[in-house]
Amino acid sequence: MQGAGCADFAINTGSHRRVHEQAHNTLETVVRNSRAKLVAFLAAGSGDLAAAEDALSEAFASALSTWPQDGCPQNPEAWLLTVARRKLIDAVRRQREIPSSEELEQLEGVMEVDAENGFPDQRLALLFACAHPAIDPVVRAPLMLQAVLGLDATQIANAFLVSPAAMAQRLVRAKIKIRDARIPFRVPDRCELPERLDAVLNAIYACYAEGWADAAGADPVRMELATEAIFMGRLLVELIPEEPEAWGLLALMLFAEARRPARRNARGEFVPLMQQDCGLWDRQMIAEGEAALSRASGAGMIGRFQLEAAIQSAHTDGLQRDGVDWSAVVRLYDALVQLTGSPVAEINRAMALAELEGPQAGLYALEWVKTDKRVNGYQPYWAVRASLLARAGKNEQARQAYEIAIGLESDPAVRRYLQQLCGELPE
Amino acid sequence: MQYLLTLYSDEAGWNNMSAEQQKQGVAAYASYSEALKNAGVYVGSNRLKPSTTATTLRATNGKTQVLDGPFADSKEQLAGYYLIDVPDLDAAMSWAGRCPAVQHGIVEVRAIWSM
Repeated sequence: MQGAGCADFAINTGSHRRVHEQAHNTLETVVRNSRAKLVAFLAAGSGDLAAAEDALSEAFASALSTWPQDGCPQNPEAWLLTVARRKLIDAVRRQREIPSSEELEQLEGVMEVDAENGFPDQRLALLFACAHPAIDPVVRAPLMLQAVLGLDATQIANAFLVSPAAMAQRLVRAKIKIRDARIPFRVPDRCELPERLDAVLNAIYACYAEGWADAAGADPVRMELATEAIFMGRLLVELIPEEPEAWGLLALMLFAEARRPARRNARGEFVPLMQQDCGLWDRQMIAEGEAALSRASGAGMIGRFQLEAAIQSAHTDGLQRDGVDWSAVVRLYDALVQLTGSPVAEINRAMALAELEGPQAGLYALEWVKTDKRVNGYQPYWAVRASLLARAGKNEQARQAYEIAIGLESDPAVRRYLQQLCGELPE
Repeated sequence: MQYLLTLYSDEAGWNNMSAEQQKQGVAAYASYSEALKNAGVYVGSNRLKPSTTATTLRATNGKTQVLDGPFADSKEQLAGYYLIDVPDLDAAMSWAGRCPAVQHGIVEVRAIWSM
């Protein structure tokens, strides 16, 4: 949203100021509601995401300078599209004195549409292009945040904890690849849809996970990321309501987000799920999550995100009533382990199994996970192991496991919590 | 748009194959080429002689250096290519995925820079 909010028209008469404000407000609303749709349409028509974004930015700038004087157009979206389309075609012409017939053919889709009568919604195609298998997985989520939500490279870099220059370079490279390798903007066919949709879901979940990592909400950019991920989750179910995993992902994010206010106490200390004050949870968000999850299960097609959401639901639901149904949770983890083979799921399953059958059973289950080398550097494995050892009365082994977990943790609040548990072990 | 599929493979693998296996290998490529032609996407293709026959040149300070051997000293060597004409990367990837080289080596897909 280049230039939005910073232009100064230096017109001070009352009526002019009103027109000015009205123009600003209208533009802001159009930017918020239509940005993704406009970018998607221009990118799909030209095959060039970067050029589409640039053209739209120029159209916004031009709206900022003309609307306050000439008044807001009848159909602001169509006005912006018409201007952006012209800028886009100019840009292609500037790039090459004589555009190849191929380039002009590509642009035809952009030129043909009558902006006044609406234009096709290509947002889903845009999401699939951003999460295309030929795009480096680490740049898929950032690319979506930029293309769909208009976040700039610095904001995204801050959220993903990389330098702005490195993030900007990754984004530029990905957009050049989309254009030059001609990654299509289209919704995949039935047969390849499940795999391709997974990539989109994973990228959205990666945005959410980055936002979730900042539990204290100390960093507004990262917290906003969680909100933006949920926004994209909502957009996805609006665009493909028939896909249960899209609903599952939305439910999972809502359940997690609902508990955010309870994850730290007033002193900023880490509060584990089982000890959280349910009164602090966002009931409305939980209800929305439940609705999304039941919508998903209606399709009768199980998937990773639905299972994870169901596990969250079993926890939040149980803790708000008379306790968690651990046998149900273990069954859900069984299914998740079987489906994904993920060691993370196995570790969580061991924890749930310990609740059901005691710490020995949990420790026994963890032994199976240990054959996976990746878990050696994974903090939750050691934290779970330490807690189960402590409950089994093996204090010395528990202490050793806690030491390793503490060494692996980067969040200071969680580290302090683990140190506290370790310190409480009897000599 | 035209795409070049470059095929890389471990040459030792080919040499260790029996004559019968080599014959089957060649037949697999012939059918693949035929499929590309039938679909109307085939532009050209060639198989390269072993990388031991490669010669590499580069000029430093105006003097051309000639080296016996391939540019990249890796296990997988450039073994051949297909040039195809398809609408987009998805179509190119779909053809690349059916190339026999995917089974025993690597296929790289690159868009052609049209002049």
